[in-house]
Amino acid sequence: MKPAPFTYHDPATPEEAVALLAEHEDAKVLAGGQSLMPMLNMRFVVPDHVIDLNGVAGISGVTDTGSALEIGAMTRQRDLMRDAAVVAKTPIIPEALENVGHFQTRNRGTIGGSLCHLDPSAELPCLMAAYDGVLTAHGPDGARDIPFAEWPLAYMIPTLGPDELLTKITVPYWGADHGYGFVEFARRHGDFAMIAVAALLEVEGGTISRAAISIGGADVRPLRLTEAETALVGAAPNAEAFKASAEIARGIDAMSDAYVSSAYRQRLAATLVERALVQAAERASGSA
Amino acid sequence: MADTRDIEVTVNGKSHTANVETRTSLGDFLRHGLGLTGTHMGCEHGVCGACTVMVDGEAVRSCLMLAVQANGQEVTTVEGLADEDGTLHPLQEAFWKHHGLQCGFCTPGMLTSLAAFLRDNPDPSEREVREAISGNICRCTGYQGIVDAALDAAKTMQGS
Repeated sequence: MKPAPFTYHDPATPEEAVALLAEHEDAKVLAGGQSLMPMLNMRFVVPDHVIDLNGVAGISGVTDTGSALEIGAMTRQRDLMRDAAVVAKTPIIPEALENVGHFQTRNRGTIGGSLCHLDPSAELPCLMAAYDGVLTAHGPDGARDIPFAEWPLAYMIPTLGPDELLTKITVPYWGADHGYGFVEFARRHGDFAMIAVAALLEVEGGTISRAAISIGGADVRPLRLTEAETALVGAAPNAEAFKASAEIARGIDAMSDAYVSSAYRQRLAATLVERALVQAAERASGSA
Repeated sequence: MADTRDIEVTVNGKSHTANVETRTSLGDFLRHGLGLTGTHMGCEHGVCGACTVMVDGEAVRSCLMLAVQANGQEVTTVEGLADEDGTLHPLQEAFWKHHGLQCGFCTPGMLTSLAAFLRDNPDPSEREVREAISGNICRCTGYQGIVDAALDAAKTMQGS
């Protein structure tokens, strides 16, 4: 037994979970457990109460609304990778998830857990930044929608009240012919990325009509490279345009830590933005 | 007072009921509660893969799951891979044949991970096998024999 003693709760509905959160001061929400359980085992967190969402009805699974994916917060990463709508409509999601831990951890880890844990280098927040995903949180007064841009508050802290629960993530579709690229660099496979880049492109008649680029691992929250996105729209999807985007990426404010310097992160960001854009252009129909 | 729950878990086809402290990991419950010491606890934070078991058929880290969360579910540990008469699982045969184990500490996690992997991907490439065990650390660094064994077992299992 490694975690310090806690009281375990297993609510059956989101309302019950929210009520438990409101009732108990020092409570932690347990989703897939692939980040919280290590922290409990090592006693980095010592909560009085653990509220397990694994028995909560109605907050897992994927719905295709025709214009967006609605993903229950407790949907496992492995189930996302296998979901037909996810694979067909948002193929960058399964591709990026290949980089999330290992298949054994993806069998338990959830999309909502990753978005709430909000590790700066995590892939799912990086994807939601690129997609402008919308997160739905349930609280005592009902539900509210939070655009992903407003979701991260600070290092590993989402804008979620102490009595609020993330229940749903909405991912709006890009055009059927959109191209996508996801690349990251880590010392070992499955390790945390030093830099991760997600790129989405729509190309019409040989011209880029829409672009989104997000960079994970550079800052406490995923960065959108809006300056490069604006410059790309109207340009031809060629090496020159992507090298210009890379140069903009080189100028981002990147954090440094004991292992990776800010300058190295900037260099990685430049290289990986270019690679992700090249990959996205190759996959976009209408690039020719 | 300790927070406890009554659970009922099927392990390797056999039903068990127990009263567990809610903070007990599934791995510790298997070892200390049921005496199934084939599951090895290594890093206990999800990195080394030694404690991997199958829950409802899917490979998971038993150090990152609470025993109480396995209530009503089916768990397969390394002890459940061989037949009741002692006939080894094709993967176990192949590990023996290809020297896929040295000290043996990582072996239970390798076997349970690969059993789930080969079921979903019966004809893997060498690269796919290496990817599948990328979350299982062998500190003897005996990966070559493990990969050879997995590829050989895949062939055997397809033939049978």
